[in-house]
Amino acid sequence: MIHVSPSPHYPGKSRTSSMMMRDVLIALIPCVLMAVYVFRSHAVFQIAVCVASCLASEAIFSLMRGKKIPLRDGSAAVTGVILALSLPWSAPWYVGVIGSFVAIGIGKIIYGGLGQNVFNPAMVGRAFVMINFPVALGASAYVSSGTGIHIITQATPLTAAKLTAQVSGLWPLFLGTCNGSLGEVSALACLIGGLYLCFRRTASWEIPAGIFLSVIILGGVANMVSIHKQITVLHHLFSGALFFGAFFIATDPVTSPLTPLGKWIFGIGLGFFIMMIRLFSGYPEGVMFAVLLMNGCVPIINRYTIPVPVGGPVPEKKVS
Amino acid sequence: MITHNIKAGRGDFKRGIHPPAQKQLSKDNPVVPLPLPQKVSVPVLQHTGAPCDSKVKPRQKVTLGELLGESTAFISAPIHAPVKGTVAMPAMTTLPNGRHMACIPIQSDSDSPDPKHVWDDLISFSWPKAGLDSYEAVTIVEDVKKAGIVGLGGAAFPTHVKLTWNEKKPVDVLLINGCECEPYLTNDDRLMMEASSSIVTGALLAARAVKVKTIMVAIEDNKPESIRKMRETADGTGIQIIPVHTKYPMGGERQVVPAVLGREVPTGGLPLDVGVVVINVGTASSIACAVIKKQPLTHRVITVTGRGVKQPNNLFVPIGISYKEAIDFCGGLTQDAKRVISGGPMMGFTIGDLETPITKGTSGVVVLTEQDLKDSDELNCIRCGRCVDVCPLNLVPTKIALSSKYRDWSQAKRHHLMACCECGCCAYICPSQIPLVQLIRLGKSLLPKEEKKGSLP
Repeated sequence: MIHVSPSPHYPGKSRTSSMMMRDVLIALIPCVLMAVYVFRSHAVFQIAVCVASCLASEAIFSLMRGKKIPLRDGSAAVTGVILALSLPWSAPWYVGVIGSFVAIGIGKIIYGGLGQNVFNPAMVGRAFVMINFPVALGASAYVSSGTGIHIITQATPLTAAKLTAQVSGLWPLFLGTCNGSLGEVSALACLIGGLYLCFRRTASWEIPAGIFLSVIILGGVANMVSIHKQITVLHHLFSGALFFGAFFIATDPVTSPLTPLGKWIFGIGLGFFIMMIRLFSGYPEGVMFAVLLMNGCVPIINRYTIPVPVGGPVPEKKVS
Repeated sequence: MITHNIKAGRGDFKRGIHPPAQKQLSKDNPVVPLPLPQKVSVPVLQHTGAPCDSKVKPRQKVTLGELLGESTAFISAPIHAPVKGTVAMPAMTTLPNGRHMACIPIQSDSDSPDPKHVWDDLISFSWPKAGLDSYEAVTIVEDVKKAGIVGLGGAAFPTHVKLTWNEKKPVDVLLINGCECEPYLTNDDRLMMEASSSIVTGALLAARAVKVKTIMVAIEDNKPESIRKMRETADGTGIQIIPVHTKYPMGGERQVVPAVLGREVPTGGLPLDVGVVVINVGTASSIACAVIKKQPLTHRVITVTGRGVKQPNNLFVPIGISYKEAIDFCGGLTQDAKRVISGGPMMGFTIGDLETPITKGTSGVVVLTEQDLKDSDELNCIRCGRCVDVCPLNLVPTKIALSSKYRDWSQAKRHHLMACCECGCCAYICPSQIPLVQLIRLGKSLLPKEEKKGSLP
């Protein structure tokens, strides 16, 4: 039987949304492997808790809304992995569960599900648990002696830099043999996954480029005017969640602008807030709050970066 | 005075998509003239503009090329008999774009000149490349108008309107469009390979009509044979053959003019506003027939292709035969044929009734199978911005589509709804399978009505 429908009749051979989510999961593999290498079973435990609770939350909330359960789109799993990788190794199980529940429920479903949320769900969940469990997620949560893992006997590099102006070597920072949240330790692993995402055009390269640009400029200025000359631009780049945030959190398509110009503005603004928080606030690290702040600016960025059509705007009709 | 540079384009336009071309199905098959059909049925409207009034009566005998209908409106084109035969009772048909239209059926005589005769005449005639000075601009336009020539690229805009010299809008370049960017279609490609002389003569005549010296032929670089053949034929005439990048929608006027000349066609305007007249290669060929041989437009080349057709081919057909006849000549539909498209798959119209007649603007028939049309569920927009990355007009399709869907006209206008050219790149690329261009089209048809009602600020 022949069919009638409006054009175009050519289904794109391009990737679907769920394939894009799968791409993100593939790109996260280096970070996950590095986390498991550094933190052993702690990493496996956090990832398992967060992914399982994110999937469960998505299922429960979708049932409550009377919608069919959209687990196959993969977005809940992505949120779970990113949330887990942003937690310290020592976070108790209920932190992961509550974080996931808030991430999916308050961060996403409450707005109407995939594509409707204003803020990055994983960061909403993380901000919630960070404020409610300050001890379990504060600087001290990262440090412990007597677990048999050498790295976690030291403070995280940014905390050390903030409190005592001590810096770690650049190589450990870049490779990831230093303390920190699960996924952020290795800039190299994030870079591999991130380049894969940009190459596949699942992530927009303009966003990380904007972030790096402003961090390099502001970090350079900070280095020049500060008395702590040992904290260089490269320390700012490789430490903390900068690479992880730039490639995996900020590039969430739903909560970032639509146009290339908007993406540049978003990235540069994000880098600005990260540096402001690192340099002038009580927190050693600022990626999470910077992402949430810039997420809130996305609608206004979209509104003011409407591109001019080729050939100019539509001419106004003459009033006769 | 026009101060534009001649030839300043990069052979490319920004953004756009690369859909699989699928031209290999039919591009190596020479044009085959269809045998004489038993009957044709000629719609009174085959162009953009006013429908024709019928000038013939039932049971009247007509000869090949005799006038069947015309209109007094400026933007219109007369229609002619594609066969010798007897006029039957007028009937109604539904054109692929959904308009109901009267058509004039003609029962053909057995001694009527068949399409093979017309085709051989086209390709074997020695078309003059020089000595066309005796043709005055006014007579060329008059002949084109009388022959009922319309744009054969698909939009079917009456060509005499484009060629009419307007002193307020000086023209300095005539651009012959041989891009053929729609996937599957190969009719222009074949015409350039097999009837290049008529295209060259037609281009020279059209250039006389609009009084320009510079003639360029833009051809996508995936048609090397056509480029070579056109270069060979145009040698010594001053016509420049410009290969352009293969990219959809290169064949659109708003893309090909910047690509070749570096001039941006203003939104809501025409190429004429930047001193360019664009005509399709098929149109150029029919201009040659109309002016030199006084033959009206009654036949055209179409491609019948797609995996839903048994033997894809390029045909030379009389206007007014049914889609069914063309498809049957190519072996018929396959078992799994699912969608029959008039035109290319990106911008063509589906037809529900295979008895619909082929018109002047029909560039081809593409039949897609179940496999080609893997329909999947529409998901929420994830605001990835892919549609922004491919929109050749630099719009934000997702915003326009969703504001059309929810009738938010102020947001739609803020995002330049009416600038959209409906090429469909956005819907092609969308990872959430949102029918973006379909929603935008809806908005484009509703917004003017809302504005007329005065309900908008």
